[in-house]
Amino acid sequence: MMSRTALDLWVGIFVAIGFAALVFLAMKVGNFSGINGSETYRIEAPFDNIGGLKVRAPVKSAGVLVGRVQSIRFDTETYRAVVTMEIDQRFAFPADTSASILTSGLLGEQYVGLEAGADVAPLKNGDRVLITQSAVVLEKLIGQFLFDKAAEPAAQ
Amino acid sequence: MNGLFCGVLAGLRHIGKLTIDGIWRLGFITRFMVAVLLASGQSLTRLHLTIRELYFSGVLSLLIITVSGLFVGLVLGLQGYDILQRYGSADAVGVMVALSLLRELGPVIAALLFASRAGSAITAEIGLMKATEQLKAMDMMAVNPIARVVAPRFWGGVLSMPLLAALFSAMGIFGGWLITVVVIGVDDGAFWSQMQAAVEFDYDVLNGVIKSFVFGTVVSLIAVFEGYDCDPTAEGVSRAITRTVVTSALAILALDFVLTSFMFRG
Repeated sequence: MMSRTALDLWVGIFVAIGFAALVFLAMKVGNFSGINGSETYRIEAPFDNIGGLKVRAPVKSAGVLVGRVQSIRFDTETYRAVVTMEIDQRFAFPADTSASILTSGLLGEQYVGLEAGADVAPLKNGDRVLITQSAVVLEKLIGQFLFDKAAEPAAQ
Repeated sequence: MNGLFCGVLAGLRHIGKLTIDGIWRLGFITRFMVAVLLASGQSLTRLHLTIRELYFSGVLSLLIITVSGLFVGLVLGLQGYDILQRYGSADAVGVMVALSLLRELGPVIAALLFASRAGSAITAEIGLMKATEQLKAMDMMAVNPIARVVAPRFWGGVLSMPLLAALFSAMGIFGGWLITVVVIGVDDGAFWSQMQAAVEFDYDVLNGVIKSFVFGTVVSLIAVFEGYDCDPTAEGVSRAITRTVVTSALAILALDFVLTSFMFRG
């Protein structure tokens, strides 16, 4: 049987290694230092079409992660999609900020891009972003292209 | 005709007996868990009992966990690279390795290894104590064998399992990095930055830890229960060890499905 101190030492080493692995997973593998756990405020944005936007999708401004999509619901009065976003308290945006749904890369995930306006008053908790641009739907784009093509010979 | 009737009747009786036995064992294991939890005070006040079990189920499992984690990571890196480079996104191999390890493979494989390495040992130890009537002797000396023998082993398993799973995932990611970045030549920056962008601490990492905690509890409970419940013979102990490994493996895989369907429905 091992002595009590040797046992304690080994268990101490084991626990330290285990926690080191957890810290490694948190810091190096995950983005623990991100916006998780910090103070946030909520803003809403109505869109005509959200495309493939998902809950928890990133909200970016100038390419920097500033928040996440908290929920997506369908407004039966305006027949538009209302996206609720949680924005980090550290980032204040002007009240006339515009939101658009963008795609990272050609086939990447969709995210909400915020474009800051010029208003002096900032967006507050529960405010609504009024200027929005919907997701690009590939079928509509192709349809538009074909329509334009068909119209061309008539113009000549 | 009469013989056939009797045969059917005997078959039905057999099914009924199996069902009742199964339900009875389920009730017994639940009562046993409650008894272990109630008797756990001593494994906290006399901490060296638990530390000793942490040594046996945790420290001694380090080697198998690190080595298997490394190899699982190496294989994941190779396979992931082979598939992803067909779509021209070999940089995303870090994401694939990290997510599959953190969410599924880390907790599940670590728990399977833990069940076969530490769980079987716990069952064998307790079973042999029962076979040699040490547990009865303790009872005679007014020492509660559940508090003195069972609870420390249970808590040792519960506490070491999440740490082992985290270590397994970390080693796997290191293995994936080794094969894809160092050997194949995927870009180092893209490997880590894509991984960090895709992996979230409170979603992927934390759910993996919760999974491994659940698996640790289940495996430890099955191991101590099978040991405590075994027939006190050489054959009974060996059967109990087999049952520990088989039941633990089934429970881990079934529970993994249940937990995954609650955690990652996206």
